[in-house]
Amino acid sequence: MSALLEIRGLCAFYGRTQVLFGLDLDVAEGGVTTLLGANGAGKTTTLRAVSGMLRTTGDIRFAGERIAGRAIEDIVRLGIAHAPEGRGTFVRQTVEENLQIGAMARNGRAAIAADMERVYGYFPRLKERRHQQAGTLSGGEQQMLAVGRALMLRPRLMLLDEPSFGLAPLIVRELFEIFRVLNRDEKVSMLLVEQNASLALDFAADVYLIETGRLVMTGPAHELRRDETIRRSYLGY
Amino acid sequence: MELLLHQVLAGLATGGIYACLALALVMIYQAIDHLNFAQGEMAMFSTFIAWQLMELGTPYWVAFVTTLAISFVAGVLIDRVLFRPIHDAPILSHIVVFIALFGILNSLAGFIWDFNVKNFPTPFGSRPLLGSGLISSHDAGMIGVTILLLVFLYVFFRHTRIGLAMRAAAANPQSARLAGIRVGWMIALGWGMAAAIGAVAGMLIAPVVFLEPNMMTSVLLYGFAAAVVGGLTSPGGAVIGGFAVGIIENLAGTFIPYVGRELKLTIALFLIVAVLLVKPSGLFGRRVVSRV
Ligand SMILES: Nc1ncnc2c1ncn2[C@@H]1O[C@H](COP(=O)(O)OP(=O)(O)OP(=O)(O)O)[C@@H](O)[C@H]1O
Ligand SMILES: [Mg+2]
Repeated sequence: MSALLEIRGLCAFYGRTQVLFGLDLDVAEGGVTTLLGANGAGKTTTLRAVSGMLRTTGDIRFAGERIAGRAIEDIVRLGIAHAPEGRGTFVRQTVEENLQIGAMARNGRAAIAADMERVYGYFPRLKERRHQQAGTLSGGEQQMLAVGRALMLRPRLMLLDEPSFGLAPLIVRELFEIFRVLNRDEKVSMLLVEQNASLALDFAADVYLIETGRLVMTGPAHELRRDETIRRSYLGY
Repeated sequence: MELLLHQVLAGLATGGIYACLALALVMIYQAIDHLNFAQGEMAMFSTFIAWQLMELGTPYWVAFVTTLAISFVAGVLIDRVLFRPIHDAPILSHIVVFIALFGILNSLAGFIWDFNVKNFPTPFGSRPLLGSGLISSHDAGMIGVTILLLVFLYVFFRHTRIGLAMRAAAANPQSARLAGIRVGWMIALGWGMAAAIGAVAGMLIAPVVFLEPNMMTSVLLYGFAAAVVGGLTSPGGAVIGGFAVGIIENLAGTFIPYVGRELKLTIALFLIVAVLLVKPSGLFGRRVVSRV
């Protein structure tokens, strides 16, 4: 069976600087894949490449369709939601407006309103603050909002760039519990970038390790957990 | 007292026009981060189109609405043809294109309709309203149309999906694209709306300043002053700034000796400089509480 997201020989560029060098990566339909690597390895860049935010060569396929070279707005409409690094909050808009913005690629008032309630169900904190300017939310609340905005697309694939960043441990556990539910009950596939490798390895089924834009190791999470290099560099024991 | 009230009302009437122009300026500024120097000339050209339609026998309100539609389409085209290609170009390129647009519209209007001053009709009549000497019916009509326009814009931006999409595109283009918003088209829509709003301002002020290719020069200066007073990032501020500038202009012209009619324009310049020196973000710009 071919994967939902298939990346082959991906090279990515910021202007003339090349950052990715022939990356191969799969996300299975209904699966969770995590991308690990040191700071500056090219994790964020990989997610941006999938979303069409920068110049790439190589092949990116989503559900069998070639998406490399398409406009960001068209890629989103295929059902790829990107919760970006830095959260991408609309600071002057209210929490509720931020969520509505997340549903801009969809139609159907009732369905959107229902999904808004669903997001509030996952993040009651956002519901309490629904009429507040999003710029006044705490860092962790803005992170929840970024995930909430991505959910408003009703995505098939979520690109999550360090969703645990800046969150208290308890909130991180809650957040990943939500990801589990989404993955299990709503069959949302995920490509997860995490600093917290042990968390990522617990959650994901497949792991890719990159260094300076090149793939150095890949395999099922339960195997890589036992790997010497991974343990020493990323798990710290 | 009567004179004061009269001047305040007259100030509100012209202030509404400044508010419209300031709003048009702010809309484009929010979308592309540059001040549209040609906003006044675009409004002037629209007004000539309305005049031409009426010369051909079109009734006032039909000409009015047709002009709005034409201006809207022209605004969208100006963005797609002139400004989208230089979207990432430095500020100087933008200034050059603005000046070119200014010059082209100005001389084209002169070429087609010549530079002689023309009368532009008002649908409200120019008799004093209700027999009182307080406000003329055209001034009252001007205030009415401006308020209608402002209410429409408020509802559009606050309560419609596309209005929210436009605000999102202006606030954070990258994040907006990730949400599927077609930012390029939102900018074009902003240009179209700015052009149409400018057309309203031009058609309303034309009976007062008379129709000729340079009619908007001083009006635009007041519009700039209003936008700067309100802070270039705040539509609400631009509106308040517009009314404030209109009132200040009228009161100063009447009550401060030596200012009179001739020096009134200096007030606009004075306001711009004063606000930029004392509070560069304007009175209402970026009052958002934000945390890093
Ligand atoms: N906008 C940019 N312009 C130029 N170079 C960039 C840009 N963004 C990132 N880079 C470079 O690309 C490389 C990969 O960056 P990327 O953001 O993908 O790393 P990352 O793996 O996400 O790191 P981190 O864990 O710190 O988030 C880095 O060397 C970085 O300097
Ligand atoms: Mg990163």
